Amino acid sequence: MSQTLQQKYETVIGLEVHLQLSTRTKIFCGCANVFGRDPNTQTCPVCLGLPGTLPVLNKMALEYALKIAMALDCRINPVIKFDRKNYYYPDLPKGYQISQYDKPVAYDGHLWMTTADGQARKINIKRAHLEEDAGKLIHDDRSNSSLVDYNRTGTPLMEIVSEPDLRSPQEAYDYLQALKLTLEYLHVSDCDMEKGSLRCDANVSIREAGAKTFGTKTELKNMNSFKAVRAALEFEEKRQREVVSSGGRIIQETRLWSEEKWTTITMRSKEEAHDYRYFPEPDLVPFEIDEALIEEVRRSIPELPRQKFERFVGEYGLSEYDARIIVADQHIAHFFEACAKLYADTKKICNWLNGPLLQEINGRKLAPRDVKIKPEDLVAIIRKVDENVLSNLSAKEALKQVLDTGKDAAAVIRDAGLAQVSDSSALEGIVDELIREHQSVVAQIREGKPSAVGFLIGQAMRKSQGKANPRMIGEIIRRKLSNKSEA
Amino acid sequence: MTKNAQNITKEDVQYIASLSRIHLQGEEVERLTKDLENILGYVHKLEKLDVRAVEPTSHVLPLANVYREDEVKPSLPQAEVMKTAAAPHNGFFKVPKVIQ
Repeated sequence: MSQTLQQKYETVIGLEVHLQLSTRTKIFCGCANVFGRDPNTQTCPVCLGLPGTLPVLNKMALEYALKIAMALDCRINPVIKFDRKNYYYPDLPKGYQISQYDKPVAYDGHLWMTTADGQARKINIKRAHLEEDAGKLIHDDRSNSSLVDYNRTGTPLMEIVSEPDLRSPQEAYDYLQALKLTLEYLHVSDCDMEKGSLRCDANVSIREAGAKTFGTKTELKNMNSFKAVRAALEFEEKRQREVVSSGGRIIQETRLWSEEKWTTITMRSKEEAHDYRYFPEPDLVPFEIDEALIEEVRRSIPELPRQKFERFVGEYGLSEYDARIIVADQHIAHFFEACAKLYADTKKICNWLNGPLLQEINGRKLAPRDVKIKPEDLVAIIRKVDENVLSNLSAKEALKQVLDTGKDAAAVIRDAGLAQVSDSSALEGIVDELIREHQSVVAQIREGKPSAVGFLIGQAMRKSQGKANPRMIGEIIRRKLSNKSEA
Repeated sequence: MTKNAQNITKEDVQYIASLSRIHLQGEEVERLTKDLENILGYVHKLEKLDVRAVEPTSHVLPLANVYREDEVKPSLPQAEVMKTAAAPHNGFFKVPKVIQ
């Protein structure tokens, strides 16, 4: 991409996120809302759309939707209703999806996010509404047929639509990260893109820099990770710039991202686009969202990432960088705060969390919530380093063994013999041996070459399998050699 | 549809039929065009009523807030569900291949 094309055109992106809500049951029936069961074992006459059945709204699904609406600072419609979105596809047993058209749960919200260069940006949320998920299709090439599993049918979905406020694929990626983090803090979904519980479609257009009106947009689908969203947007941005700069016109259409081919492919043009013929769902009554319900839900909203970030910077004096990493996982944030109550040097806690602990967690391919270490144990290890009982190396080993064995820090340090040898008689013996074994180094030290002392300390660490207290070893070497030179 | 009710064309009927996956014969298109024109003509008459004093409603019953608690109820056994399938296949509904 030439610099000129990048400067000449501005990219405009809006995202539609579909979030599966983790209620116990589906949105309109009592079937369990679970993932990974045998096909068509979690269905009933309601979600299969059999004649004579009636949907009834799951109150918890509405409460989760309100939670999301409030966390995104949305306005909430005092009366909401559901509508039928009509289309024929085998994953939709009724021939329509129950969704919301003109009275969604929420509208006019926003989300604060941090851009790659550390700037705060406010992204407006156009609307957020409740709807039901469709079933799952498996395409079978051999039999030239498709197989349908209706277990997912009726899973509660919240669709969150941003305004076209995003200006680059990276910004879209950062917005998704920020949105996902807020949703995770709310405990309304497992937010797992691999399991399909969080899905994202993107609308993208370009316009000449400074233009007031929008260009013709294309809609991108089939991205199954945040990185895929960014890659598809990068591809599409480049494609549109090339079409427009060579005198062509963008056609309004839906394009599918292909991970294998690293390209977007036309799925359907506007002419073939669905005409959904929305109309009010006669099987569901309207719902009044009164102040009592709003207050009840508001009380269940925890401290959100942005507030936590600001509090950690203010209350614990963390750098914005440290605070951002710690807040990026609510379990780490919780762990940090528990440590900070036991130990005053929060910078040191951060260094251990963002360094060795996260390394161990990532190395084990674990999620932070699955890590078995108590705040007391990390603080105990840090204290032992402060007291010179553990070297940094042994401290990392202690951390590793706590994670491996689930034992507490004190037991690990004792059982593995990780404590530094600070018994001076034992250390003196080691130094005496070294002085005998390395006469030429000893000569260098006497000539005043300080790096030679470091070499002997290294040898002492080796002899003691890392357990000698290096500071004490250094002192003993200097004392012995200066005594001898005086003698 | 924002079209005037009097202007229902055969193309409109064909279009709606295709959205609904209904195949219509020539004579049926003629008849349904006329029927639809009559129905929408009637609706058009209603549109002329002064309803400024009537509160809009999306539902015919004076009911609101009918909820269900989030409690799991037993689902149907797979074998039972498969009885409703035209072409059951290893617990799945088998359909002609569809590609989005």
